[in-house]
Amino acid sequence: MSWVFWGIILVFAGWVIWTYNGLVALRNQLQNAWKQIDVQLKRRYDLIPNLVETVKGYMKHEQDTLQKVIEARSKAMASTGVKESAEAESALSQSLGKIFLLMENYPDLKANQNVLHLQEELTTTENQIAFSRQYYNDLVMRFNMQQEVFPANMIASFFRFQPSEFFNVAEAEKSVPRVNLTLPA
Amino acid sequence: MIFFLVIGLSVDYVYLGAFTPGGPRFPIATASALVFALIMTLTAYGFGGNLILASVGAEGLDIKVPEHRELHNVVTEMALASGCPMPKVHTVYDPAPNAFATGRDEKSSAICVTTGLLALLDREETQGVVAHEMAHIKNRDTLVMMLVSVLLGGVALLSDWAQRSFFHSRHGRRGGGNLLIVIPALLLIMLSPLISRLLAMAVSRQREYLADATAVEFTRNPLGLARALEKIRDANIPFQKASRGTAHLFIASPFHRRVDQRDGKLADLLGTHPPINRRILLLYQMAGLRPAIQEPKNQRLQAISTTAS
Repeated sequence: MSWVFWGIILVFAGWVIWTYNGLVALRNQLQNAWKQIDVQLKRRYDLIPNLVETVKGYMKHEQDTLQKVIEARSKAMASTGVKESAEAESALSQSLGKIFLLMENYPDLKANQNVLHLQEELTTTENQIAFSRQYYNDLVMRFNMQQEVFPANMIASFFRFQPSEFFNVAEAEKSVPRVNLTLPA
Repeated sequence: MIFFLVIGLSVDYVYLGAFTPGGPRFPIATASALVFALIMTLTAYGFGGNLILASVGAEGLDIKVPEHRELHNVVTEMALASGCPMPKVHTVYDPAPNAFATGRDEKSSAICVTTGLLALLDREETQGVVAHEMAHIKNRDTLVMMLVSVLLGGVALLSDWAQRSFFHSRHGRRGGGNLLIVIPALLLIMLSPLISRLLAMAVSRQREYLADATAVEFTRNPLGLARALEKIRDANIPFQKASRGTAHLFIASPFHRRVDQRDGKLADLLGTHPPINRRILLLYQMAGLRPAIQEPKNQRLQAISTTAS
């Protein structure tokens, strides 16, 4: 009889350790993913002044927009916390998108190798930010789900694991600009 | 993967079982075959990725070329989306648009893309293809397929040896063995290379579907990969340096045989890849669109924009 008893105890202990370690691993992965986003953001902060400097000479009539980008950048750099930085970053993304749209009006700009290079770098950085956020949110979902599903939730609440916060996109960014997809025949 | 290993083991087991009444020479042959297979497996595990890259003539990236820089950036994006470390990126100089991934785990992985693919696809489509390859790495398909190809070789070798020694030993045999055992065993030995090849292809096809789905999970954009597959299908150029041993690694079958293009039972049995039209169809379904394979591109885009508005 005692064999069975100790066997059950052993299996139970193994399950507790396994679940706990799984949760800890996920939490650390989450932190790593969050830092990964910061790396991309830093890269974007470094690239933006370059772009603005290069473009300035060509885009004489767009000084306001350029100024807005610079302001949005310094605002985003100063922000802290998940929610606040999310809002500041989305404002920055929007103003950058505006510059890219305006650049279409300047044929000289599109011929400039340097500008093209910067544009590609900024595009990939924007994408990298988006993809690392996506990965972060996937991890948050897995982490929160691990804490809520049935037997694991007992361990999560016993060791006081806290559900993580999703990265939300601000309302302003949700309204996608309408783009006409019809091609000339 | 476990399923395939069990099959491989049971084939080996049946061999061993079939050999026991044979005589003293058999265990030696089987043992040496196993040792040989083991060495092959270890070699493939250790150097397989580099061997494959070398066999197709892959070169590193030149970061100064705009196209290469774009590819490098796209791979970085997909590495972030999948949460894998950045794989090595290579290109092959070949007009055929194709790509493959190799490596035994996430850390030692490599993605290889032909120059034809870079020239043909735009950024969004390249992203879909790279996501498909990252999915292979993330799902450990590269390791599975490497082991599959080694197991295939091992089974073929074993069967070959078994056949020779079988006929050889029958002359020296005193009495007739139990025919009920000998005949099925003989049939199994002769058919096993075929059976294992069919199995490997079935595994390969399932992994392709899975990689397509995982790629969409990374990009959240099924249309990029769907359009890339359409362009690869329409380009219809065979990749010169692919061999039958490496065919299952590529994103689309490198040979462009008739049988790969068709739907149906025969294609289901014989291809290393699922029919490409079927993959495109599934991707369009993921996007919530009705696939329009025959329509030209402009009409399809208009259809999309009218349903969206």
